[in-house]
Amino acid sequence: MGLFGKVTLASILQRVFGKKHAKIGIYGPPNVGKTTLANRILRDWTGDIMGSVSEIPHETRRAKWKKNVKVENGGSSLFMDIVDTPGVATKVDYKDFMNTWGLTKDEAKQRAKEATEGVIESIKWLEDIDGVLLVMDSTQDPFTQVNVTILGNLEARNLPVLIAANKIDMEESSPATLKSAFPQHPVIPISALTGYNSDTLYTTMVSHFSKKRKKKRR
Amino acid sequence: MAKKENEISFNLVSRHKLDELTSSEKLRFILKEVKKGKILVLEHGLTPFEQTNLIENTMKEIEQDTFIGVEMEGLGQDRPSFFQKLFGYSRKPRVTLIGPANLLKTIRKDNDMIQTKIIPGRGAK
Repeated sequence: MGLFGKVTLASILQRVFGKKHAKIGIYGPPNVGKTTLANRILRDWTGDIMGSVSEIPHETRRAKWKKNVKVENGGSSLFMDIVDTPGVATKVDYKDFMNTWGLTKDEAKQRAKEATEGVIESIKWLEDIDGVLLVMDSTQDPFTQVNVTILGNLEARNLPVLIAANKIDMEESSPATLKSAFPQHPVIPISALTGYNSDTLYTTMVSHFSKKRKKKRR
Repeated sequence: MAKKENEISFNLVSRHKLDELTSSEKLRFILKEVKKGKILVLEHGLTPFEQTNLIENTMKEIEQDTFIGVEMEGLGQDRPSFFQKLFGYSRKPRVTLIGPANLLKTIRKDNDMIQTKIIPGRGAK
């Protein structure tokens, strides 16, 4: 390391002109690993966790957030309020929770009701955030309407989006498919479960979310 | 629960009809038709904000034993030119397909084709 350590022109520019604080929403369809990723980020930077995870979809049914998480990238850093949002879906069928996951009818109906409220809450949060970490399952087809709708909405608001191509620890994952599907946004392959490539994610989060942009209001 | 017909009602809605409606009227019209069990093909589709509002309104309308939500797919958006971007052109899908989630299931989608399956015996009233 030289006299100036890791101080680069980019980090100097970010310090002088960049944002110091940003509210970042973690978005995506149910079961793509949003809370696992939120837990990974918090564990790495605060030693805390955000919430419980489950194989059953719609485990997170209320938004949770952690304020002032300092993420560092060499000479620069960004304080983030991390918001872990419930999964966005266009349909919620309580029978899926019974037939696939063995919940009782009452449990399934309650979970479905809370899940619909969670989707509404996620959409409302879009009004209040500065950037989005959009989590996609790299083992699945990326052209889902939820992905396309969220991206279209964020682009119309001129909000910065970073796509986390999650679950690359799984054999059938294909982060390259996500990169070619959404070339207009940075796509970072990651395993939230194992932490693989999380350093690259943090570096990109700091540089991408600290850029000042004018939000468009609806 | 009302008995459903075997026939599937499939309605193509013109751009002209959609342009006559405000955003909220458009969403009310779509949800009313879809809740009756109809599948709609919208010429020129919905804006990103309208799509998000449709998801939000759908969640408010869910009735656990009769309406579980919508299946919605749109074909890729037009790419605006430099000048269109400059003057605030709002991108819209070229076409949007919307139906009740218990009736319509997407099999595959890419930029040029939407493949769907219609589950028989659950047509419009």
